[in-house]
Amino acid sequence: MMTTRTCCGRQFNAPQYSSWSLEANSHRNNMGAVQSGPTEHEFQDIADRTGFSLEQIRNLHKRFKWLNNHQETLRREDFEKVLNLSLNPIRAKIIQAFFDKRNFGMNEVGLVEEIGFEEFLTVMSYFKPPNKKLTEDETEALRTKKLRFLFNMHDTDNDGTITLEEYRHLVEKLLSTCETLEQDTAQDIADAAMLEVARTTVVHMEPHEVYEGVTFEQFQQILKGIELETKMNVRFLQVNTTTMHCGK
Amino acid sequence: MPALLGGAGSPHHSPGLRWSLLVVVLILSVMASSAAASSPAASAAGTGQGNGTTLHTDSKTNGTSHHTKKAFPVLSVNYDYVRMPFEISLWILLASLMKLGFHLVPRLSAVVPESCLLIVVGLLVGGLMKLVGENPPVLDSKLFFLCLLPPIILDAGYFLPIRAFSENVGTILMFAVIGTLWNAAFTGMVLYGVCQAEGGELKEVGLLACLLFGSIVSAVDPVAVLAVFEEIHINELLHIIVFGESLLNDAVTVVLYHLFEEFSNAGMVTLADACLGVVCFLVVSLGGILVGAIYGVLGAFTSRFTSHTRVIEPLFVFLYSYMAYLSAEVFHLSGIMSLIACGVVMRPYVEANVSHKSYTTIKYFLKMWSSVSETLIFIFLGVSTVAGPHEWNWTFIIVTVFLCLLSRVLGVIGLTLIINRFRIVKLTCKDQFIVAYGGLRGAIAFSLVYLLSPEHFTKKNMFLTAIITVVFFTVFVQGMTIRPLVELLAVKRKKETKHTINEEIHIQFLDHLLGGIEDVCGHCGHHHWKDKLSRFNKAYVKKWLIAGDRSMEPQLISFYHKLELKQALMMLEGGGTYTNVSMQNIQPKRPVPERVVPRMSRGREEEVRKILRANLQNTRQRLRSYSRHTLFEDPLEGEEEDYSEAQMRKQRVEIHRRMSHYMTVPAKQNSPPARRVRFESDNQVFGSTPASTPSSRFQVSVVPSIQVTRAPMARMEQLSQESVSLVDESQQQDSERGGAYSSDGSLGAELSVPHGESDHLRLPRCFSDPGPNKMEEEEEDDEHFVS
Repeated sequence: MMTTRTCCGRQFNAPQYSSWSLEANSHRNNMGAVQSGPTEHEFQDIADRTGFSLEQIRNLHKRFKWLNNHQETLRREDFEKVLNLSLNPIRAKIIQAFFDKRNFGMNEVGLVEEIGFEEFLTVMSYFKPPNKKLTEDETEALRTKKLRFLFNMHDTDNDGTITLEEYRHLVEKLLSTCETLEQDTAQDIADAAMLEVARTTVVHMEPHEVYEGVTFEQFQQILKGIELETKMNVRFLQVNTTTMHCGK
Repeated sequence: MPALLGGAGSPHHSPGLRWSLLVVVLILSVMASSAAASSPAASAAGTGQGNGTTLHTDSKTNGTSHHTKKAFPVLSVNYDYVRMPFEISLWILLASLMKLGFHLVPRLSAVVPESCLLIVVGLLVGGLMKLVGENPPVLDSKLFFLCLLPPIILDAGYFLPIRAFSENVGTILMFAVIGTLWNAAFTGMVLYGVCQAEGGELKEVGLLACLLFGSIVSAVDPVAVLAVFEEIHINELLHIIVFGESLLNDAVTVVLYHLFEEFSNAGMVTLADACLGVVCFLVVSLGGILVGAIYGVLGAFTSRFTSHTRVIEPLFVFLYSYMAYLSAEVFHLSGIMSLIACGVVMRPYVEANVSHKSYTTIKYFLKMWSSVSETLIFIFLGVSTVAGPHEWNWTFIIVTVFLCLLSRVLGVIGLTLIINRFRIVKLTCKDQFIVAYGGLRGAIAFSLVYLLSPEHFTKKNMFLTAIITVVFFTVFVQGMTIRPLVELLAVKRKKETKHTINEEIHIQFLDHLLGGIEDVCGHCGHHHWKDKLSRFNKAYVKKWLIAGDRSMEPQLISFYHKLELKQALMMLEGGGTYTNVSMQNIQPKRPVPERVVPRMSRGREEEVRKILRANLQNTRQRLRSYSRHTLFEDPLEGEEEDYSEAQMRKQRVEIHRRMSHYMTVPAKQNSPPARRVRFESDNQVFGSTPASTPSSRFQVSVVPSIQVTRAPMARMEQLSQESVSLVDESQQQDSERGGAYSSDGSLGAELSVPHGESDHLRLPRCFSDPGPNKMEEEEEDDEHFVS
């Protein structure tokens, strides 16, 4: 099942941390164990690494299992089961983020075809509210982490900048729910936004110079006003089981 | 009083003097008029004369009087005829002048909150009236609840920051409902205990009376909170928590008030009554919201059809809201919640329907009314303090003040412990302190006590005194110290700058992203419901409530349009952008742009110019946003006067900047390596991107200005010299006729910002083709480049 992965660097690592729990799990099932999920010990292991609580992990695991029909890995098609997601204007970008290696924290680039539970959790952990009170430095680190996630979502070709094309694409997607929109408006907005970035971050530019795109530092600078560390959070405690069953 | 005011104003001589003079004159006239009106003899004389006059007029109009014996009265006095409106206007005038004067003394407003000063003014006016032998008017509860309170609440509800409110609605409800209940119970019980222990005349204060008093005194007052919190510019979270609490606790207060009033009339309480009380609370709050929402929808629906009668458009907003308030009051529902609900429901649809002018009208009327009401309330509070029947009881009053503080602190700390478990952003100790300390009491409590019937509450006067003391304590002590405390604790302040377009995009993006993630993990959280609501809104509600295409306009686009307008205005005003990064810089390389030189007939150009001028002048007013407390600090305010002068100066600066820029161009050829330097061949030099055709929208910043690619190095020298001479030339032109100026005709590439004066508006180039005076330059350059 791991052979479908596209990136070879990934192939080596993948079985290690994406399917171990499942293998162990199926093994135990064969042995006739009562419990259907991974053991507490294994959960504890993930909890230590990702910072999720055991309950959150259990909930997310349940959800993960539901999403992929009790397979071991999650594929793009599995996200189609989430009904509400199909109405989301940026669903492509969201789904993409789950398969983007940059978000797994392994210093690798590229895309994968399917992900295991741990990658799923790693991506989710970008939205995890902090457990304790953070110091100033920790807050900054958290903020940078979240910003990097956003930046990676925008920077689709991983060249370190959000180019005008990418920005336009983003705004078009954002406005795609609106049927009566002229094509130009989205472009105008993206252009204006880009111009604004260029104005605020680059002090002086000769007319013949070309602004290549938003770098991560500039990205940080322009989003200073949004308290991302407090805004970009999702509570993972209660997973709604009714939609899970309805979805089935 | 004149002495005191003079003293306060003396460091700033002229405004202070003028102000105190005005005040003296005004106060004297108030005195004189009311003295004349109410001293029996004078009023009798006035009435007599008045009757005479009316009779006389009657007979005159009939044209049948031939037999009048007395001489025709050349000048007669009929004060009674105009007395009421006259005195009301006088009071409002006094209040407004006080506000005006207050803002003319900058040092004072930095230390003392406006509300404190207004109460002092009220005290002084009341004292003066007493001196003259007058009975100062008391803040009438009916007047207060029916006339003075609604504008303030509507203003608050209509401009309620929905996002912050809905994100913190749990916390707010917790403080408003549980917190107020706790405060009322704790204060009432302990007060009863103290009264019994103290004995004496306090012994006759019953438990129910104490509880009623407790419920009145425990509610945080929106008027007082608004007045103080708007001045200290605290961060949005704290502001919305305290302010939201003060708005929503109205339902609790209303229920408790009627409950205890009923009980103390009946004299008996059963368990069933208590249960009914809980039901009553739900009915009062939800009913209020329902009534408000119904009127809100009606208002939105009405505004759909007002496109032909723009003049009365704003009126519907006020009338429907007021009707909502009154209708709620009819059933003893929470009028405040009804008003808030009405404003919140109505606003997005009304704003999509009404014209820009009507929007401005609505905004200004609301602000004006609420501001005047607030001023009047505080002044009347002062006056009624002098007037009111007082019964001073040291024990009761001191215990009340103490209990108010204690129960508030305990309540906030206790509730925060619970709330913080559910909050992602925890409330810190500082936050808790500000929430507890910001719990100001105000005129609502005073009016409620004033409404009590003396038969059932023998100690009404003592209650009144105690309430006034609590109000004064919170407004003066807490209101005055909260600003230094906020600074001392370094509590986060409100962000002063507006959202940039990037921030707006990312806020939208985050909304969708979080909604999507919640969907993926199957968690029905805040974003999930918000998504659902907005989808429902889009699918059904908007079609019915919003006329025309604007129903489909997402928030980002309307935000963008506003921003566009603002930028267009900034450019017209000459403030413009000081960086010279232009569209060309960020534009990805394109294939050879087709050469488009838009040309229009003179007549057409004039027409477009006229339209734009009309539009821009109107909107300029709108964008200079009004706030009660920034009136003074508005940087544009001063500029208004010597507008043209400032503009001239700016132009100078701009010209100098450009000159130096072009002078140094050759030196700067070695630009930072990160940026790609682009040279292009000589022959394709002039072109404008297709989007630059004149359109009805103001796309100043976005529409690329005419794009001129830089000639190679060899020509640089020559070019820059030329441009300098050109700048000189245009500088001359500029000073001669104060007209527009643009040097980019030749060097293009920058976003050109012609500066026009208000009477001689020029269009930015991107709006139309270059003006006639620039035509020659353009052509000349054209040749130059091509040659």
